Amino acid sequence: MEYKLTHKAYTAALRENRLLGLKCNACGGYTVPPKKVCIECAGEDLDIVELRGQGEIRTFTVIRVASEGFQAPYIVGIIELDEGPWLMGNIIGVNCDEATMDMIGRRVKLGHAVIPGDKFSAGERVATTFSL
Amino acid sequence: MREVAVVGVGMTRFGVSENTNVEMFSEAAMEAINESNLEPKDIEALFFGNVFGSHEEGQANMAPFAVADIGVPNIPATRFEGACASGSVAVRDAFIWVASGYYDIVLAGGTERVLAMDTPAATRAFAMCSNSYYEGPAGITFPGVFAMLAHLYSHKYAIPLPKLKEQMAMVAIKNHHNGKLNPKAHFQATIRDLMEARIARATQRGQPVPTWADEMEFFRDIKVNPMIADPLQLYDCCPFTDGAAALVLASIDKARALTDKPVLVAGVGQCSAGSLADQKDYTQMKSRILSAKQAYTQAGIEPPDVDLCELHDCFTIAEIVAMECLGFFEFGQGSRAVARGETEIGGKIAINPSGGLKAVGHPIGATGARQIYEVVKQLRGECGERQVAGATIGMTDTLGGDAGTICNIILRRGW
Ligand SMILES: [Zn+2]
Repeated sequence: MEYKLTHKAYTAALRENRLLGLKCNACGGYTVPPKKVCIECAGEDLDIVELRGQGEIRTFTVIRVASEGFQAPYIVGIIELDEGPWLMGNIIGVNCDEATMDMIGRRVKLGHAVIPGDKFSAGERVATTFSL
Repeated sequence: MREVAVVGVGMTRFGVSENTNVEMFSEAAMEAINESNLEPKDIEALFFGNVFGSHEEGQANMAPFAVADIGVPNIPATRFEGACASGSVAVRDAFIWVASGYYDIVLAGGTERVLAMDTPAATRAFAMCSNSYYEGPAGITFPGVFAMLAHLYSHKYAIPLPKLKEQMAMVAIKNHHNGKLNPKAHFQATIRDLMEARIARATQRGQPVPTWADEMEFFRDIKVNPMIADPLQLYDCCPFTDGAAALVLASIDKARALTDKPVLVAGVGQCSAGSLADQKDYTQMKSRILSAKQAYTQAGIEPPDVDLCELHDCFTIAEIVAMECLGFFEFGQGSRAVARGETEIGGKIAINPSGGLKAVGHPIGATGARQIYEVVKQLRGECGERQVAGATIGMTDTLGGDAGTICNIILRRGW
């Protein structure tokens, strides 16, 4: 069966700062990033929808020792979207040395960053970003 | 299903090795085979854990070379990969094949030469165990995953971060204390020993001599304990380590003929989880809770029955969260239990009497088998100064990826 919302289509939208996901016609749940079936109920009757691209910071860290290809320091966080799913991305526009626990709960808005491919990745990558 | 026992175990001294992955594995394997009063020709199959052979040595399909090295080039030899849980996953499958009656005597374990990669390359390789399309592009690292866990834990249970960090430091202090008593550990030194070594070095070189009042001040000193991923500092992290571990599993009838002290595999569990963000609040890891439940149910025991647990302390916060998910402490109570000394050897439950990943080191393909090595030695009463008195039931817990793979194994005395 054809893959409804592929990585390619998802990241093409992300490159325009649009967050696509799947809405389940059985349980109403949202699946973001996409999967073959609903993350909540494994239902197969799904529609592609655009999400608001907004949510709240649940947790974060400042990466001080980066892996190859990344320039430390930078912030990684996990955001709870208004529609329910949690999504990992870079929190941008915050001074790394001022990233403290009071960031948790702050509202953020989605964007993106293009990350060059490296010798291991399957081509260029698109990271989700979040700004306060 | 029939009963299965561990009849022999072996491991290399963990640390920095100049030996190849296969050489390390052969050392551990022959120790296990000899201890079992067997010869390599008695082994019917190898279940082999290795994660980054391709990156470390440009070596794929390593398992056949491993059996060739110990003189049985034609037996089936298969690699199992579950990130940092690879060794455990290999042992669990080996158990299932013997329990099913398909094999009678098999070899299981793993090897990893992490230090053949430099730190940026190893950090990149480990990050491959996160979702490379949806989480890797953010530059997530393994310390980063557990740093975010520490922030989640602090916020959820309203434990102020400085307080939690002290409790996390006590995990490191305990595990280094235990590691000092383990002749196979990468770091056989207490945190106090490490502090004194730095003072001695500064004195010798005529440099300013540090004056830490206690271990906590040493931990807070970012000059010696730099930030890796806020709030995790260097000594919150396990090291990159080379090493191998192996064990021989046999059906109970064969085992009783080979040894007076067969260690029974009483229960096993393994569960998966998707991407980290999909798991949502990962202070309570569903994959770990379910995997442990499988193992407890099969063994017919409850968490309080466990005398010691070798669990996955890749980072100090990871030990606290694992203790809770395995049911040894209530959720949100683990960090306080550490501070009260309840997880020391002689405490309510001995957590990582070997020194854990923190002090023994973490060659990721080998770690699960190394944990079983410790539990077997503890149940046999062979651990000297770090012996948990009267231990009869022990457990292992290994985490791969972002809790993407969890494997638990419960062992009990078979005599
Ligand atoms: Zn659904």
